[in-house]
Amino acid sequence: MFPNEIIIAGFGGQGILSAGRLLAYAGMLEDKQVSFLPSYGPEMRGGTANCMVVISEREIASPVLNSCNALIVMNNPSLEKFESWVKPNGIIITDSSLVHKKVKRTDIKVFEIPATHLASERGNKTYSNIYLLGKLIKETGCVKPENFEKALYGILPEKRHSMIPEEMEVLKAGMEY
Amino acid sequence: MGQKLLMKGNEVIAEAAIRAGCRHYFGYPITPQTEIMHYMAKKLPKIGGVFVQAESEVAAINMVYGAASTGKRVLTSSSSPGISLKQEGISYIAGAQLPAVVVNIMRGGPGLGGIQPSQSDYFQATKGGGHGDYHMVVLAPASIQEMYELTVDAFNISDRYRIMTMILGDGVLGQMMEVVNFRDEEIIEHYDKSWATTGHGNKREHNMITSIHLDPAVLEQWNIGLQNKYKLISEKEQRYELYNCEDAEIILVAYGTVSRICKGVIKEAAEQGIRLGLIRPITLFPFPVDAIEKVIDIPKAFLTVEMSSGQMVDDVRLTINGRKPVYFTGRMGGMIPTVNNIMTKVMEIKEKHR
Amino acid sequence: MAIVFKAPNALCDVPLHYCPGCTHGIAHRLVAEAIDELDIEGKTIGISPVGCAYNNYLYFNCDMIQAAHGRAPAVATGVKRSLPDNIVFTYQGDGDLAAIGTAEIIHAAARSENITVIFINNTIYGMTSGQMAPTTLLGQITTTTPYGRDAKYNGFPIRVCEMLATLEGPAYIERVSLHDIKNIRKAKAAVKKAFKVQMAGKGFSLVEILSTCPTNWGLSPVEAMKRVENEMIPHYPLGVFVGADLEV
Repeated sequence: MFPNEIIIAGFGGQGILSAGRLLAYAGMLEDKQVSFLPSYGPEMRGGTANCMVVISEREIASPVLNSCNALIVMNNPSLEKFESWVKPNGIIITDSSLVHKKVKRTDIKVFEIPATHLASERGNKTYSNIYLLGKLIKETGCVKPENFEKALYGILPEKRHSMIPEEMEVLKAGMEY
Repeated sequence: MGQKLLMKGNEVIAEAAIRAGCRHYFGYPITPQTEIMHYMAKKLPKIGGVFVQAESEVAAINMVYGAASTGKRVLTSSSSPGISLKQEGISYIAGAQLPAVVVNIMRGGPGLGGIQPSQSDYFQATKGGGHGDYHMVVLAPASIQEMYELTVDAFNISDRYRIMTMILGDGVLGQMMEVVNFRDEEIIEHYDKSWATTGHGNKREHNMITSIHLDPAVLEQWNIGLQNKYKLISEKEQRYELYNCEDAEIILVAYGTVSRICKGVIKEAAEQGIRLGLIRPITLFPFPVDAIEKVIDIPKAFLTVEMSSGQMVDDVRLTINGRKPVYFTGRMGGMIPTVNNIMTKVMEIKEKHR
Repeated sequence: MAIVFKAPNALCDVPLHYCPGCTHGIAHRLVAEAIDELDIEGKTIGISPVGCAYNNYLYFNCDMIQAAHGRAPAVATGVKRSLPDNIVFTYQGDGDLAAIGTAEIIHAAARSENITVIFINNTIYGMTSGQMAPTTLLGQITTTTPYGRDAKYNGFPIRVCEMLATLEGPAYIERVSLHDIKNIRKAKAAVKKAFKVQMAGKGFSLVEILSTCPTNWGLSPVEAMKRVENEMIPHYPLGVFVGADLEV
């Protein structure tokens, strides 16, 4: 089985890094090998942010990716930068509320979800990344939704645990979008 | 049973140090290693330890010199430009034969350089860096699990030989997260520290920690003692991983993050029917010459890959000493070699040695 | 027969290497007497500087650590934080403390590290043969100010006690002199008080001792003592700068 090599990219503040961390944590709960590599430095504060996540049944060679089988993009520059990195038959999931450019590749599957718009309708913009993760989990099977829920409990501070049931609703909505 | 956690490399180093019995940390902030400080600032005061944010790296390393003089397990950490500032203290610690651990999470240089990962401090770490004929033990982890285990080992090695040990990582290793399996208990080796300056309590002669010997005959003897120690360490402490070398056409040599990328290259090459192996030095000083001797007859050529202009490759060449061709490829300034970069070089070498 | 004068226990019975007429010997004796009288030799750890006193780890009978140039306060910080119940002092000259080690002394004072600093000010670099120090007086001739220190080219001398007294960290700062018996007695009291401040856990203490360097000043020992009184004290007034009311 091939490892899931996932890149999540957008602006700082969109929950890019926490999305990656949640996936890696959920992967750990499934006893898989996981790595999570965030971009770091000044770009974290409002500039572009991205992270690379590998979830694998076997030892992970490199945590540094030069290609991926799944890409989540939450702004236009990230799509421009990473579109060519996706392997044939891979997937790209975009937040179509913010990514107005169209994916040019024809050898991959594309899912456009107006995540920021949907999250705003729910009254909480921070949910946008969860919609996209829902679709990612559905399409790649990289982790199980119940383990994603456990990851939320494991990573979020206790005061935010009351939000988790709604986040799981959002995840399911993303899966079914 | 142990404890399994998803943790960042920098935090794992800090946690490992605490598990190894280190209760003293002195440092100065610099990217991309500052999480080590944050972790220590949070944890040490709660367990009766000491955390001091020094006014500079120079002060921090001299605080380490002071704490190490009392026989305590002590840690400092920094990144490339900060490690340059610590060289004065590192040389004194070598001269006074004090045990201590320093972490360098390397970033691109020279000068202020950048903050992205690099391996361009190999020479500084393994060949001196500060003045005088001295070495540190240099350990190069390649995974989060190894950052944990080698940090614990670093404290034991330092105490065993009265030497400074450096954990040499890079920005990728410092910033990335992987699963770490913590043991229930660490093996903490205990050695005689009757040399330490702890106050003689009117029970013994006064102890002196010093690195100055103005009589050249005395200083030469002191140096001979140091060199004997380095020789012993070279005999006893070489560590490395041999991966896939059995029937390799070309053997790659790489440490740290780059060794991980090389493992990816080996897989990709195998799919194309090309047999590659890897020597991964885990100790950079002592350089694992034994690893090369074990496989010297197998490949047509060796290829060293680094995030530098080619530093470790000098040690590879010195060890091979003309017996096999040695090639180099690398990236600099915070750029990370890609699988494609390395494969291109592999194909070039393959063509030459058909 | 009653012994009326003897070497302090805290000094080793070895010849000192200092030049004739140099006041380092007196300063060492005062530190050692204070250690004896407070009965703290067994738990005292001293930090030697770089400068003429570089090897006073051979002279003091307590445990000693030799530090890099200017870094003694940082080394002392590492020691004291590791062994808070021990007594830790540094012994530093003006080049060591007020030039290369300025950052270390200011921040040790600002942190109010519970250490004692013995600061020897003789307005010159002795060991490296008479260069300008940060404390060299205007007009003073040294090997690097052969025409006299000119503020325009060489800047102004630093008053360390006054500078450190602006910080909230220090518990006790006093400047004393060794130019006559009366002042040596005062210096002794100051050094002893500085150690007592540390023993009471009050924080950073520093005693600046105005000292001589007959060799590099080109003066006889007697003339050198006169220079301290007539030229140095007007620029470096004696007195307590912090902790005058501190009872220990």
